[in-house]
Amino acid sequence: MSSITTREAPRGFSSAEYMTCLTGIVWREGLRFLHQRERFVSALVRPLVWLFIFAAGFRQVLGISIIPPYETYILYEVYIAPGLMAMIQLFNGMQSSLSMVYDREMGNMRTLLVSPLPRGFLLFCKLLAGTAVSLLQVYAFLLIAWLWDITPPPQGYLTVLPALILSGLMLGSLGMLISSGIKQLENFAGVMNFVIFPMFFASSALYPLWRVQEGNPYLYYLCEANPFTHAVELIRFALYGQVNWISLAVVALCTIVFMIGAILAYDPSRGLARRGPAGGEG
Amino acid sequence: MTSPAPIAEPQETPRPGAATVPALSIDGVSHAYGPRRALMDVSFNVQPASFTALLGLNGAGKSTLFSLITRLFGIQTGRVGIFGHDVSKSPGEALRLLGVVFQPRTLDLDLSLTQNLIYHAALHGIGRREASARSAELLDRIGLADRAASKVRDLSGGQMRRLEIARALLHRPRLLLLDEPTVGLDVKARADIISHVRQLVTEQGIGVLWATHLFDEIMPGDDLVVLHQGKVLAQGPMSRVVAEAGAQDVNTAFMRLTGAQTMPGGGA
Repeated sequence: MSSITTREAPRGFSSAEYMTCLTGIVWREGLRFLHQRERFVSALVRPLVWLFIFAAGFRQVLGISIIPPYETYILYEVYIAPGLMAMIQLFNGMQSSLSMVYDREMGNMRTLLVSPLPRGFLLFCKLLAGTAVSLLQVYAFLLIAWLWDITPPPQGYLTVLPALILSGLMLGSLGMLISSGIKQLENFAGVMNFVIFPMFFASSALYPLWRVQEGNPYLYYLCEANPFTHAVELIRFALYGQVNWISLAVVALCTIVFMIGAILAYDPSRGLARRGPAGGEG
Repeated sequence: MTSPAPIAEPQETPRPGAATVPALSIDGVSHAYGPRRALMDVSFNVQPASFTALLGLNGAGKSTLFSLITRLFGIQTGRVGIFGHDVSKSPGEALRLLGVVFQPRTLDLDLSLTQNLIYHAALHGIGRREASARSAELLDRIGLADRAASKVRDLSGGQMRRLEIARALLHRPRLLLLDEPTVGLDVKARADIISHVRQLVTEQGIGVLWATHLFDEIMPGDDLVVLHQGKVLAQGPMSRVVAEAGAQDVNTAFMRLTGAQTMPGGGA
């Protein structure tokens, strides 16, 4: 029998332990993803509907001039592909973050949070794992898009990866910040109406901003101030092997701010208290 | 076991075991959800190699207390220590020594038993090889070695609980918390789990805090903490608590302490 008579000196955690924890969390998220085929299918159907139906109908209405990073006239489908990639990440980020804060994944969050590693690190791992899942969805989308003649340069599939990781982290932490900070947005319908739709439509995902500027300069400024616009542009340029430095700076900065905010605002008692018999307040 | 403790500090030695650092110390803890007070000035200790039953009805504050010990909730007032490590100030060192079985099931149903265990080990920074070895050993111990690759979804309720206990032991904690672990289980599964946990106390010297509202899970040698409406009404060795309440058994003692009515139509 081990008898404990003295308190031990703190020994901290090694970087190997941090790494084991990180890979373990991402690995589990990947395994769960493989078991949730419905989630995968619905994550793919959404952008494909936009691509196959909306874009096909809209291409006659909207002509696209030659704008960077494109070097030739392009079809509308080609233009909106990066926006749809970002949309996949937007939905994924909001969905997984919402489930982290509210009930659905609460049991798993309990197990996660009794890990002795720092809570901020655990939440970061969780956001990274959510981003990894969104990457699988985006690449599956790109594969189908390729069959639909959306063929960025081969190296673009590689150069877009860091952009996707960054934008995924930004959108995931934004989702977490919003679900922790705004009580009214506790269900997905609320998030759809007040976050996803405005962000998606007031961005460069569906139309180039110079066309918006012609129509309504105020909307243009709004779009320019929308971090989602910069996520889309970062992805668009990266897909063609280029870097949009302004977008990179905006996305990087937003990621840092949202993540710190999300970690500070995260309060597991909210998701739990709601389940209790007299939980929450009136 | 109770070899005479070296006389270290002569200031206060009220009882044996006081010289050792308690596995768990709850010191003046209060907690409120808005205006509703869930815990009021709760204090008690769990000693290493002891079985402490936290007895209380639903809503007594047991789950709130567990959430505070596991730092799920921030501590508003008071102090929680695990082997002397303050949960608020050095949560890493405290949680490293703690294993928990929550009341709601927290396993990944679609993953296999081994996958669940390896994930948990990773959360404690335990690498793949070591985790596999420990998982095999623990699964063997709970009699589920042949189910290692099955999905958790296919297990019975009792098997899932045993797996959760195994999971809580994976990082070799010295304090184990269980929040009503036998709820919803049949008689056989209950008995298995209780004897398993009691073995951990006697064989491995683990300190156990066992929250329950079932009187028959408490044995005469246990330490008992009676929690009612957020307050500790009595604590100490079970026999003493029962005697001080002027009762013959835990059931009656509990009813006397809380003033609860057992008899149907027992008046107001």
